[in-house]
This record gives sequence, C-alpha cells and structure tokens, in this order.
Amino acid sequence: MISVKNLSMSFGDFKAVDNLSFDIKPGDIVGFLGPNGAGKSTTMKMLTGFLNPTAGEIRIFEMPMPESATAIQKQIGYLPEGAPAYGDMTPLQFLNFIAEIRGLKGENKKQRIKEVIEQVELGDMLDRPIENLSKGFKRRVGLAQAIIHDPDILILDEPTDGLDPNQKHQVRELIQNLSKDKIVIISTHILEEVSAVCNRAMIIAGGKMLFDASPEELVKRSKYYKAVGIHFSKLADISGLAELEGVAEMEVDSQSGKVTLFPDKDVDLLPVVADYIQQRNLPVDTLYTEQGRMDDVFRMMTTEGAL
Amino acid sequence: MNNTLIIFKREFSSFFATPVAYVFIAIFLILSGVFAFNIGGLYERGQADLIPFFNFHPWLYLFLVPAMAMRTWSEERKSGSIELLMTLPVTIWEAMLGKFLAAWAVLGLSLALTFPLWLTVNYLGNPDNGIIVAAYIGSWLMAGAFLAIGLCMSAMSKSQVVAFILAVVLCFLFVLSGSDMVLDAFKAWLPPVLLDTLASFSFLTHFQAMAKGVLSLSDVGYFLIVIGVWLYAGLRVIEQKKAE
Repeated sequence: MISVKNLSMSFGDFKAVDNLSFDIKPGDIVGFLGPNGAGKSTTMKMLTGFLNPTAGEIRIFEMPMPESATAIQKQIGYLPEGAPAYGDMTPLQFLNFIAEIRGLKGENKKQRIKEVIEQVELGDMLDRPIENLSKGFKRRVGLAQAIIHDPDILILDEPTDGLDPNQKHQVRELIQNLSKDKIVIISTHILEEVSAVCNRAMIIAGGKMLFDASPEELVKRSKYYKAVGIHFSKLADISGLAELEGVAEMEVDSQSGKVTLFPDKDVDLLPVVADYIQQRNLPVDTLYTEQGRMDDVFRMMTTEGAL
Repeated sequence: MNNTLIIFKREFSSFFATPVAYVFIAIFLILSGVFAFNIGGLYERGQADLIPFFNFHPWLYLFLVPAMAMRTWSEERKSGSIELLMTLPVTIWEAMLGKFLAAWAVLGLSLALTFPLWLTVNYLGNPDNGIIVAAYIGSWLMAGAFLAIGLCMSAMSKSQVVAFILAVVLCFLFVLSGSDMVLDAFKAWLPPVLLDTLASFSFLTHFQAMAKGVLSLSDVGYFLIVIGVWLYAGLRVIEQKKAE
C-alpha cells in the first residue's frame, strides 16, 4: 500500500512535482504517463527514497518515507532511468552484489540469481563487463537487479526505453507474469504499453495529476472512442451520413478518402451506419469501430495548459 | 555493518577490475623508492632506519591519494549509479565507510608492498623495528586523512578532474598549514590563538613525530578525527548534491 498526500518537490524556483496525492493498492499496475519533465521520474525518486520531498507525505506499508527509508527500500525493487549499473562489473558479479545487499545468502542467493537470469534472458552475457553490453542488455541487467529479491513494490522508470520491439514485448510479459498482489509502477512514453500491461493510468504534466483511472477510462475520453471509420471503394454520396441520428460530427480525410463519424455521447453508431449503408447500397470496403486513441487524449490533456 | 562489508568488497574488487589499483601500487612503489634512495639518501646516510623513506610520504600522498579517491563518488554521480546505491537498503554512512575502507585497504596494501625496503635495512644493520612499525602505522593513518579529504571532494563534483584538483589543493593546505609559508601569510591579521590552531592542523607536524616512531595519542587521534570529520562532510555533501 502506497499512500501519497500533497507531495511537492521544488528545485529552486522550479516546481517539479506539485501537490500530488494518490493511493496505490496491491494488485495495481500503474502506468505513469506524461511528457518529458512532467515530474514522473522525480515522483519515483521520492517514492524510492532517493530524493526527499519539499512538502507532503509518503507512507508505504504504513511506514513514513524518508524516515523509515531503509525498511521501506527492502521491499522495493527499483529500476532508475537509464538503468545505471557499475560498468566495470560483469552482470553476474553485479547481481551477486545486489543480492548480497538485499540480504540473500547461500543456496537461496544462487537460486534467485539463476532465476532472474533466466527471466530476463541474460544467458550469454554473464561474463562481459556491463559497460560493454548493448543498451538492451544493460536494461535487462537493471530489471534483473530490481526483481532479484522478489519485492512487493516494483518501480520501473522507462523500462522499455531503447529496446527493440521483441525486447519490449519480453519486458511486458515479465511485468504481466509478476504475481498479482504486487504493486507495480512503470513510467513510459509509450501509450500502448499502458493499455497492454497496466490496470491504472496516471497522467502527470507540469508536476500535477491530470488523470487517474483505468486505461479504458482514458481511451473513453478520446474523441475517437467508438467512432466509426468507413472507407469507400469508389466515389459515393456521403452527405446523408452526417445527418444520421447520433452522429455528432463527420470528418473526411481528403488524402485517403477515409470518413470518420463521431458519435454523440454513449451512442452505438455502428448498427445505424451499417443499416444506412445497406439501404443505399454504398460501395464500402472497410467499416470498423475505433477503439479510441490514447495519444490523442494524451496530447489533449498535456497540452491544454499550453494552449 | 554487513552492508559496509559488502560495499567494501565491491569497491575493493573494482579497484582491481579497473587498472587503478595496479597503477597506483606500481607508481607508489617506484616513487617511494626513488625518493628514499636518490633524494633521501637512504644508503649514503649510513643509518639503519627508514626515516628518509617516510619523510617523503606526505608529498607522495599529496598527488597519488586524490588521484585514487577522485572517481569514488564522481563516477557514481556521473553514471547515475548513485541513484541505485541510495535506493538500496543501505545508508549513506554505510556506503561512505565501505568506499573509504576499500580505498584505505589498497593504500595499506601499497604500503605493505614496500617491505623489501624494511628487509634491506634489517639486512644491512640493526634498525629499531618498533619505530619502523610505528612509522608504517602513522603513514597509513595519514594516508587515510588524505583519502577522506579526497572522498569529500569527489562528492562535490561530477567531474573527476575537478575533484582531483580540489582535493590536491586542500591536501596541500593541510600539509603545509604548519609551515612558515602559510603562517606568514596569516600572521598579519590572525590572532595568535587561531594561528596556533591553524598550525596544529598540519599533517606534517603530526606525521613527523610518528615517522620517528612516536605514536602519541594526540597524533593518532588527530588523524582519526580528520578522517571522521571529512567523511562526515562528504556525507552531507552527497545528501545535498545527489539530486543534481
């Protein structure tokens, strides 16, 4: 259980985090979204005890941070931004070091190291200095050290940044396979990632919380949510579409010829549109309902202040 | 304490994973030999002791120890690994102590490797080995004081070069604070009490007695206090600057 109240952090005159409050329960996989410099990393740094807040209160498992930092840190696995590690060590030495600091000993330690190496598929790279590894492998080493002690809270700052699509997929699977009663917080720029692995999305911009609900809720805020897209195989009279019951707006992309119909609130447009097309025998080759565009909502929310 | 030991092990092996320790030991051994024989005249004096050898230690440490200490925290801050370290269940104090002890152990090892010199004087004559042991301990303590200053300066800057220069300058002041050169500069406007205090900060004065084999409580205590104070200062610096 993480409970944050009125959390603020300033660097000089700059307010990096401004009066954030939220609670996170076990089982929550939270996606931290926000533009660069929104305060995501700073919030994570405060949650993990690296930075001390200028105001506000953090309680993790009923213990105050930073006062009980060490006790809390034992239960947190953290991947800082950029996955820093000791470059002169090999992954094996490094994981061994982290495991020892995490209080793992003897057989148990060996077993855990072996397990995380398998989980992040570090196999062939165990004996090369970390500084010589590729970005993707460095990230995996960082992930491995974060989960080595099977923490109750996992905080990952841009875990998939710089990974190729296969590696991204792997990391997502890894997060999904963690047991269900853990708290996971990941920050990311990749919106699809949030719908793929998270059950809760938080949007932060300018240090303020703009949105905190499920990714589905986020999608629903999109103009495109349940909008109907139509593509015609040849020219057709579409003027009637905009007049249909429940259509709020029609948009025609002059380049691709794609027509998008935006519904009034809570209206299911597809049957109406399908009927209309059938009656008029319009030459439609594609007809689909949009799922809503996250990047659209994201852009709308995070640039509102600037506009 | 257990954490300190784990960090000690990591730092110590890191000195040997990078060539730092080897370079340091090699240069220390060569230079201490050159100073003792060529400049100090260890043979020519015709005395069975190691005083010429120990007399040059402050000057050797002045450049070598800051060079060794400079990367300790700068590197952590530059690479960002400090964020990892500080979010592990480790206190800054444990980390600082582990790092200090690891570097101090390398310094101790370098000192221990000068043993052929000790064998030589024993072969050539009958030195007072008690004095030599005391001088070794004194030299190691002084090296620790240099190191603590170096660690604190390393915490000040992300740049190793800046850390090195700051440390050399500070160490230089501490070495020379008892000398006429520094005291003359302050004589005009400092009251005598402060002048005496300044003079008593000198590494040289405290070390000279130890090089002659006198391990007095005040000298040993002085170096231990210097170590403690600078490590604590480094700790505060890290707390202040870790976020930058």
